[in-house]
Amino acid sequence: MMEPGLNHFLFISAALFFIGVYGFLTRRNLITMLMSIELILNSVNLNFIAFNKYLWPGKMDGLFFTLFIIAIAAAEAAVAIAIIINLYRSHQSIDVENAEDLKY
Amino acid sequence: MPNATIIALIPLLPLAGFLLLGLFGRKFFKKSSGIIGTALLLASTLLALYTAYEYFFIYGKADGVYQQFVPFQMTWLEFSKGVSIDMGLLIDPISVMMLVVVSFVSLMVHIYSLGYMKGEERFPAYYSFLGLFTFSMLGLVLAGNIFQMYIFWELVGVSSFLLIGYYYDKPSAVAACKKAFIVTRFADVGFLIGILILSFCSGTLDLPTLIQRLTSPDSNEIKTAVASTFLGASALTWGAALVFIGGAGKSAMFPLHIWLPDAMEGPTPVSALIHAATMVVAGVYLVARLFPVFSITTPGVLEIVGWVGAISAIIAAIIACTQTDIKRVLAYSTMSQIGYMMFALGVSTYGGEGGLGYTASMFHLFTHAMFKALLFLCAGAVIHYVHSNDMKDMGGLRKYLPITHITFLIACLAIAGVPPFAGFFSKEEILLAAYQNNMAIYWIALFTSGLTAFYMFRLYFTIFWNKPAPSPLEQSGKRKIGSEARGGEAHGEGGFAMMLPLVLLAIGAAAAGFIPFGEFVSSDGKALETKFHLVFSIAPVALGIAGIFTAMWFYKKQNNKSDKLAASLNGFYKAAYHKFYIDEIYLYITKKVLFNLVGKPAAWFDRNVVDGMVNLTGAATQAISEAIKKIQSGKVQQYAIYFLVGVIVLATLFIYILR
Repeated sequence: MMEPGLNHFLFISAALFFIGVYGFLTRRNLITMLMSIELILNSVNLNFIAFNKYLWPGKMDGLFFTLFIIAIAAAEAAVAIAIIINLYRSHQSIDVENAEDLKY
Repeated sequence: MPNATIIALIPLLPLAGFLLLGLFGRKFFKKSSGIIGTALLLASTLLALYTAYEYFFIYGKADGVYQQFVPFQMTWLEFSKGVSIDMGLLIDPISVMMLVVVSFVSLMVHIYSLGYMKGEERFPAYYSFLGLFTFSMLGLVLAGNIFQMYIFWELVGVSSFLLIGYYYDKPSAVAACKKAFIVTRFADVGFLIGILILSFCSGTLDLPTLIQRLTSPDSNEIKTAVASTFLGASALTWGAALVFIGGAGKSAMFPLHIWLPDAMEGPTPVSALIHAATMVVAGVYLVARLFPVFSITTPGVLEIVGWVGAISAIIAAIIACTQTDIKRVLAYSTMSQIGYMMFALGVSTYGGEGGLGYTASMFHLFTHAMFKALLFLCAGAVIHYVHSNDMKDMGGLRKYLPITHITFLIACLAIAGVPPFAGFFSKEEILLAAYQNNMAIYWIALFTSGLTAFYMFRLYFTIFWNKPAPSPLEQSGKRKIGSEARGGEAHGEGGFAMMLPLVLLAIGAAAAGFIPFGEFVSSDGKALETKFHLVFSIAPVALGIAGIFTAMWFYKKQNNKSDKLAASLNGFYKAAYHKFYIDEIYLYITKKVLFNLVGKPAAWFDRNVVDGMVNLTGAATQAISEAIKKIQSGKVQQYAIYFLVGVIVLATLFIYILR
């Protein structure tokens, strides 16, 4: 059984990131897009943890960043869901194509 | 010693009048503004007379030489060490003399206007403008710093502009005030450059220091100034010549005189004050003020001054013989008399016997102020009565305007140089000075003095004799619409307020000649004894009297002799009647030449290049925004792609290219 190295983590992180980006760009449902964003954020978190563990094992900076990101992601999810609920109230839909008129 | 407070009050009182009447006149002093302005000026005149008395008789003299005093000086704006604009008072014989002249004539005009301008809509504005003018003229006279003089010089121009354009609903008045302002302003550019050159050469703006540095031949300043030349003349010569251009513009010297006749569109008392007695002599005063520089350092420029004066004198006299507007005749006669003053300065030298021209010029300035103001005020009385400026509408008025008649006659005799009236003495001195220094100018001057007598008495006989006068009733009936005097119905000669200045000025015009002027004013401050040459004065007096009798023969009775003469001199008469087409030449130069060569290309440049650049910026912005506005589609996912692409590009950039 092989110990997982830095590259493994980075591979998973990159994969997660691009799955997230793909989801964000292709899905029409706003909730799904929000979930994709969570994937992207988590891939970043994974990066931070991996670099912290393998390159500066004595330090905690990466962990702190991760904690911050988790907190901000929670807040962002709350805001995003609030927007989505409002959008649903006014447009009777949570399809992103129906939200185009927000640019005006 | 001079009392700075008293002297400072002389110009400040009219300024107070200007501020008071200008700001509150329309609301609070609708009726009383004339009285207020006149009272302030009366105080100022009394102070000026007091100052003159103190200066000339008590403290002014030291070892037989009149000294210069600077009782007050304050640095207003400092450019560098030693070069600063100071506000100060300079007391010397000519400034004291001018103080008296300006304040006295202005007082006369103030009193006269109480009657003449009564019932005008903008009465308070009129008096506030008069106050502003008097303030700036007195400030100009007292200036101890050449830049201070320039400031007041421009203020004088502004108030002249305001007063000429007083009847602003009359298009000709508006045109005249613009013309006066632009022409004099054009000349003032010369003055400003002249100031800069002179002060650059001397390293100071202070007048006494400047004169002292530029006149001592071994000072450092003058050596460097003479060494630097431009177009074959030294920097100093250019400076003095440019300063003279400024003076010539203000004093209406040929060829910058075109504004003066048109300036007669202003109310007549204003013409008396500004365009006859005070402002137009500012140029003479300027040359006199810098006289040591002109005569010692740049005698070439002084010669130009002399010739410009002589040419102006004769041209104006010839034109005056043909004009029919009473005020225009007087305007040209003013120009001619100022020409006298100028060439008197031009033929003078500094100090001693040679300084006769200087004294004579100042003396003539003094007496001319008296009789010319009187002539204008009389003309005002006539216009007030006849309601017309044109000599054709006048005649036989001696019965209806007895006081005006007598005072006008005195003024005419004075200007014609008939003894013992004031003009005789001053003109005699000028002719003598010319005789001693420049025969050519002397002959011109002699001929001009004969012409002066002729055209003045042409005016006199046409107004007061000639045809029988129409009755006053008939007069008031045919009042011209738009003519300046907008007085009431048939009336007499005008009230006490209008007659008092006439009488006072007539006394001045009759008696001012007996003042031993050389005692007080001379180029170097020493008393100059003016001898009286009986034999010498025969020629001018004879010529003057001949002129008077010629005028009498032509104009005393109604006849067609003058028309015949005009017809026999056809071409010349026409040219003179049209003022030798100088106005037309100016128009041609400005409209045809300047407009086509400078104005049109400049307009083209403005329209196509300057505007073009602005328009190009606008059009470019619009085109670009038109092109990129599709980017903002409202599709969130599209934005995300832009963002992603951007990040990838930046990442590539930083990782592979800019490492």
